[in-house]
Amino acid sequence: MTATIDLEVREGVDRETVETVQSMGSYKYGWDTEIEMDYAPKGLNEDIVRLISQKNEEPEWMLEWRLEAYRRWITMTEPKWAMLNYPEIDYQDQYYYARPKSMEVKPKSLDEVDPKLLATYEKLGIPLKEQMILAGVEGALPSPGVDMAIAASEGRRVAVDAVFDSVSVGTTFKDELAKAGVIFCSISEAIREHPELVKKYLGSVVPQSDNYFATLNSAVFSDGSFVYVPKGVKCPMELSTYFRINAENTGQFERTLIIADKGSHVSYLEGCTAPKRDTHQLHAAVVEIVVLEDAEVKYSTVQNWYPGDEEGKGGIYNFVTKRADCREARAKVMWTQVETGSAITWKYPSCILRGDESQGEFYSIAIANNMQQADTGTKMIHLGRNTRSRIVSKGISAGKAQNTYRGLVTMHPRATNSRNYTQCDSLLIGDQCGAHTVPYIEVKNTSSRVEHEATTSKVDDDQLFYCRQRGMDEEEAVALVVNGFCREVLQALPMEFAMEAQSLVAISLEGSVG
Amino acid sequence: MADIAVQTKGQTPSVEGATKPANALDARLSALSLPQGGFALARRDALSRLQDMGLPGSRDEYWRYTDPRPFNAPEATALPVPQEQATPLFETLDRLTLVFVDGVFDEAASDDLALEGVEITTLAKADEANWAADLYGRLEAAGQNPVRRPFATLNTAAAQDGLLIRVTGKPSKPIHVVHRRASDNADAIWHHVIRVEAGAELTLLETGMSGARSNSVIEVDLAEGAAFHHVASKRAVDSRVGIGHIFARVAAKAQFKSFTLSVNGTVMRNEAVIDIAGDDAVAHIAAAVLGDGGKAPFHQDDTVFITHGAERCESRQVFKKVLKNGAQGVFQGKILVKPGAQKTDGYQISQALLLDERSQFLAKPELEIYADDVKCSHGSTTGAIDDEALFYLRSRGVPRERAIVFLVLSFLADALAEIEDEAIRDCIYERLDVWLTLNAVQ
Repeated sequence: MTATIDLEVREGVDRETVETVQSMGSYKYGWDTEIEMDYAPKGLNEDIVRLISQKNEEPEWMLEWRLEAYRRWITMTEPKWAMLNYPEIDYQDQYYYARPKSMEVKPKSLDEVDPKLLATYEKLGIPLKEQMILAGVEGALPSPGVDMAIAASEGRRVAVDAVFDSVSVGTTFKDELAKAGVIFCSISEAIREHPELVKKYLGSVVPQSDNYFATLNSAVFSDGSFVYVPKGVKCPMELSTYFRINAENTGQFERTLIIADKGSHVSYLEGCTAPKRDTHQLHAAVVEIVVLEDAEVKYSTVQNWYPGDEEGKGGIYNFVTKRADCREARAKVMWTQVETGSAITWKYPSCILRGDESQGEFYSIAIANNMQQADTGTKMIHLGRNTRSRIVSKGISAGKAQNTYRGLVTMHPRATNSRNYTQCDSLLIGDQCGAHTVPYIEVKNTSSRVEHEATTSKVDDDQLFYCRQRGMDEEEAVALVVNGFCREVLQALPMEFAMEAQSLVAISLEGSVG
Repeated sequence: MADIAVQTKGQTPSVEGATKPANALDARLSALSLPQGGFALARRDALSRLQDMGLPGSRDEYWRYTDPRPFNAPEATALPVPQEQATPLFETLDRLTLVFVDGVFDEAASDDLALEGVEITTLAKADEANWAADLYGRLEAAGQNPVRRPFATLNTAAAQDGLLIRVTGKPSKPIHVVHRRASDNADAIWHHVIRVEAGAELTLLETGMSGARSNSVIEVDLAEGAAFHHVASKRAVDSRVGIGHIFARVAAKAQFKSFTLSVNGTVMRNEAVIDIAGDDAVAHIAAAVLGDGGKAPFHQDDTVFITHGAERCESRQVFKKVLKNGAQGVFQGKILVKPGAQKTDGYQISQALLLDERSQFLAKPELEIYADDVKCSHGSTTGAIDDEALFYLRSRGVPRERAIVFLVLSFLADALAEIEDEAIRDCIYERLDVWLTLNAVQ
């Protein structure tokens, strides 16, 4: 804790409090599961791509699709435009496939899954057993799963697809969802069981060669979730995927495909954690969402990958491409994200508003502490008439972190009478961090209105003083002020996540006051 | 040099953009006659820096919204010199008038280079003993980080003429630079260096146009407590191509204020690079743009980079653009607050009023902040004339066309308010009113 010595303690703050808080390890999911793993050989080449395809028992067309992406990827160069600083990634010094040995023979039901794996999820608070959910689970807040459990005990149910390194461990409530016509399974299963849907939609929102990381993902994605909600169906429960990276030196490349057919409705939650490791780990995911006429998709993420330690040692490199295509009239999509983890975040969940009167919303809280760097934002591409979009982004920087909002709002000539409202606010805690805003605004017709506002400020001393006066300690006061700052976004989260996000905001900032 | 120029003459500008930058630069340079003598050292340095950076390409992020090819082309596209305009701007003010014809100082048409508290020489006549020898190209070179501005470097290397102004007192009247055109295809390149000493003040007015294509650089060095006010009117009645850079260094307690009115022109790019280096300094930059793409294409780009490197400084960027008939407006503005630049107050607003379906506004307002006790904000809006406001005025008997003029003027008011001197502001208002009435929107 050498950092404490240099720390300037502001008037009225007990140095001891600050030091105690600083010395607290705040990442709660940093433990690992000791389990025997099968690895593909280290490095990346066509054989590895073939191996992954073979392990997933994929048809020939899928392998071809992957190889095409791989051949494209080797001709591409890593993008460097983001305000991120990290050492060169050695793509050959990684494992691209890691599977628990016990998953070699696919378990037919969750009862057959290795108890060690089930215990991992239990420890994380993820309810994998359907009866457990009915019984309700007790655990200490905050944890992504516990909130789901609370929701469950209150009679709300959440179906979970649990992904462990490269494979899906199991998916709950499949049968019940099937009764409603909803397909919810791992993507590898969908490729085998529903090839017509996968063929039609995979790569239709994020093409194979969309960008460097998406192309890499197209070549080597190992698992992920697949959702199809048929016409007119309101999904009877929340769907969620929980991603856990466990193996060392292993990248996780998951692919999620969500299709909301005409008039359907689905809410999807995503959570993720990883153990504390000294080396950086790569995570390059792709999420594609297709929203058809009158359908609505709500996608919420609480990203809590291991952020690395105070000196920036370890942590996940998170390069994610997420995009929703509102393909038909009145389609609606809502992205909500709480980004607290990862050493590097490169993520721009976007909306293509193609259908007339379609709507896109983006609510984001990005918190970067210590040596974390986040470059995140959204793209709202208005192509259809009377389309609406709203962006609310709250960036918080503390410690020595750098936090960048990067966004694009474009109104095409045909997108008449469209509206965008963007609000992006940055909060700085401490004088060693940085907060940046890089918005692109392109308006190509006159009947549309675009408004963009951005502010940067620090935690208001008056507000802090007020809270302190009423007996709160510095940490609590900051947490309260920050929660107030984030309120608009927190309110947009589904109830299951809102509580967790609120406590995450407080936890991520622990040790940053001074 | 002349021989080479003849060889490249008649070459049409490359449209592919695929030509290698090095070749494009060679072609560009060979078409210029690089002046001999007069700050030769700084010019040689600029030339070698330019060779290193090359010319911008179409995939250059910094040129995302503006096509650099009209500036890359070796030759300016010829344009007939128009009939002399009626009443030049600022005619009613007491001022020292200095005339430039296609970027070259015209001594006969100008007032004497004499103004109390001010020392004026011209670049073409300056030698290494001139006070500006150390300053020429210095701020331009410092302004190349983090993005390169090769056209400014090209200017430092190849400027034909310019003013070297050193201000030690508080002159009684402003200096007015009037630009005129003489030749159909002149490529005008001029470069002013202005040093305002501690506690001194200067107002610089600029009107008119030099050359069929122009490239200007103004370097402004403000010492402690100095004040510099700049008001420019860039009006192009014909299709023209122009790029201008202002590089300013603002010392403690100094004040920098610049306002530009841009009316028409095919491709215009104005860049301002302002380095706030001393505590308690102030820098304001504003622009009003009126673009009509009806008779000729209109594309106007304002690119601003303000660096806060000291405490308790204030910066404001106010940019307002009125666009019609397929006109394109671009704004790229950035505020950088360096570590330790506490109590910074940075404000930036960019707004566009689109008067028809085909016009476009493209904006990239950026903040990059490394200090926590700061107040920085930016806003950007784009929209059409407010029907309710129009209805309100019409219901009170104001004809539709006049009502639109009112609404446009009120839209521009915040930018015009940045002109401190009332008499100068009135001149600009008057000119705007006339232009808007003549170019009334139906």
